[in-house]
Amino acid sequence: MTAETVVFVIFALAALAGALTMVTARNPVYSAMGLLTTMFSIAVFFVLNDAHFVAAVHVLIYAGAVMTLFLFVIMLIGVDKAEDIRESIPFQRPMAVVLGAGLFVLVLVAGRASWVTGTRAVEEGGALGTIENVADELFGVWLLPFEATVLLLTIAAVGTIALAQFLDKPRELAAAREAEIAPGHEDEERAE
Amino acid sequence: MTLADYLPIALMFVLGVGFASVAMYFSWRIAPKKPTPEKLAPYECGIVPLQEPAQRFPVKFYMVAMLFVIFDVEIIFLFAWAVRFDQFGWAGIAAVGIFVALLIETLVYVWKRGALDWNVARRARYRRVVAPERVQEEAA
Amino acid sequence: MTGWETLLTAAIKVAVAFALLLSLTIVLVWFERKIVADMQNRLGPTRAGPYGMLQTVADGVKLLFKESVTPRRVEFALYIAAPIAALVPALLIFLVIPIGRPFTLGDRVIDLAGTDLNVAVLYVLALSSLAVYAVVLAGWSSGSKYPLLGAVRASAQMISYEAAMGLALVPVILFTGTTSIRAIVDAQAGEFLSFLGIWNIVLVPSFLIFFIAGVAETNRAPFDLVEAESEIVGGYHTEYSGFRFALFFLAEYINIFNISALTTTLFLGGWHGPTFGAPEWLAWVFPIVWFFVKTVALVFVFVWIRASLPRMRYDQLMQFGWKRLIPLTLVWIILSTVAIGFRRFGAPWG
Repeated sequence: MTAETVVFVIFALAALAGALTMVTARNPVYSAMGLLTTMFSIAVFFVLNDAHFVAAVHVLIYAGAVMTLFLFVIMLIGVDKAEDIRESIPFQRPMAVVLGAGLFVLVLVAGRASWVTGTRAVEEGGALGTIENVADELFGVWLLPFEATVLLLTIAAVGTIALAQFLDKPRELAAAREAEIAPGHEDEERAE
Repeated sequence: MTLADYLPIALMFVLGVGFASVAMYFSWRIAPKKPTPEKLAPYECGIVPLQEPAQRFPVKFYMVAMLFVIFDVEIIFLFAWAVRFDQFGWAGIAAVGIFVALLIETLVYVWKRGALDWNVARRARYRRVVAPERVQEEAA
Repeated sequence: MTGWETLLTAAIKVAVAFALLLSLTIVLVWFERKIVADMQNRLGPTRAGPYGMLQTVADGVKLLFKESVTPRRVEFALYIAAPIAALVPALLIFLVIPIGRPFTLGDRVIDLAGTDLNVAVLYVLALSSLAVYAVVLAGWSSGSKYPLLGAVRASAQMISYEAAMGLALVPVILFTGTTSIRAIVDAQAGEFLSFLGIWNIVLVPSFLIFFIAGVAETNRAPFDLVEAESEIVGGYHTEYSGFRFALFFLAEYINIFNISALTTTLFLGGWHGPTFGAPEWLAWVFPIVWFFVKTVALVFVFVWIRASLPRMRYDQLMQFGWKRLIPLTLVWIILSTVAIGFRRFGAPWG
């Protein structure tokens, strides 16, 4: 048994345990920690496939940024709040089973086929996921999708504002900016 | 780079977790344990806690986390381009220039919508004009 | 290299790094207390050991024997995991920093760094984003008001300044064309007195932004609102006592050292410096000395800032990060890119 196999088995089990915790934990903070374990294990899988850059990005973006966002959202909603456990979508449970089975089949098919991204996932020679190779592909072949990403990021920012800010019309905002505050009354407003 | 390059990291991880756990366990074993109800209460500078701790964060923090995700993604792309700077030349600079310009635009948008304002007085100013009923509710 | 040799080398490196970090913390805490005391016209620690040098050891031993109070309302698993989650990323970041030039033992070359990753810069950023969990978990699992408030503040602060930190590194990577920390150090090698043109310090705005963001990232004054005693007691570790608290304290000082060491490595030439024509058998000492001289100088700046500047208000802190530091970094990225572009490729129209 090679070292790669040992590491893979350890982290595969960790990934599965994390996923199970994520689904079964009563407290959403523990669920988030389970998901974090899974994310981290997936980063280790990338390392095992010589994709060091992708592994670092996976930890940085998913385990770092996105999971922090999740934790904030969980705490934003209030962890200990009694939850509304009515299921609002009809046939929720059977649908989940069907969709899960569908996803499983899809993974099996996609794992065998190469049509998903047009190239085989693993080629001979290794060193596929180095930062140089990713950059060559990204700024050479996939330049337009790369530029489109920034639109996606902009949409994310706009969506966040739409969700979180109750101010909705730019004109009202401009009016708000122009509204005068008499000097010396700032403390009064802060007390609000 | 091979898996062996990560060996020190794995060892340090084990050592760090081990040291912290053993030290905490050891300290717990040898230290006195005299719990009293007062000692076990949440710390409030000696005042008897009257309220439960707030279980909700203000929504501002959600926006900060979202902006962080956006900028983190940007950092990754910029790093990838920076190591291949010489190969892509001015074309690369133009491509990334568009990318960064649009992100600056995003930042300006968020800024002008007041998402970066943490000053209570300044936000109260928006609220008075835009949602006067809210101010009245809060006053009541 | 056989498997056992690899394992042995790694084990020795890790053990040395760990011992080094622990003893450095002891020295740095004393160093800080003495400097701050001098700046405030006090004596500082004087009792334990010569010049009070053993004060930190005494404090550590005391904390070991103190009761670890577990408040009633804690979420125990996460409460106990948080100090570990604070310490481990701090230890791991140090591994990618080279503290001296590689030396030859027999026929093998050994780096004076834990490991050399070609994505080391990203590795550092990834680990410092994982450090946020310790803060969030400690604050949330304590089941108390002030820790929660402190944790919310601290985590938002850390992620904000981490964005600025990562962006400030883009010109450095442009300049050296690599994300491997060893290669970044090698790119800064040069003769005495010519170093000013070679060290990455030429990227002055990046250097300043990185260091400011580093101070904020470690939650140090003037960005230490997390521990604004007058408002929120001790912040996220209010409910921690005994050795559990000591681990947070340890992590904080290791992080200060890490940020200083990283700034040295990325901007001040790392271990490079003049060797004064020393013979070969002695020459390997100088890089290590240079590395620690530069790093301790930066730690001194940390302490100096703490003694000089008042604490910021929270809205000032967040606005400084998002409205000043990050826009400034973006403008600086564009300017430096265009400047380096002109130098390397000539004018785009010519």
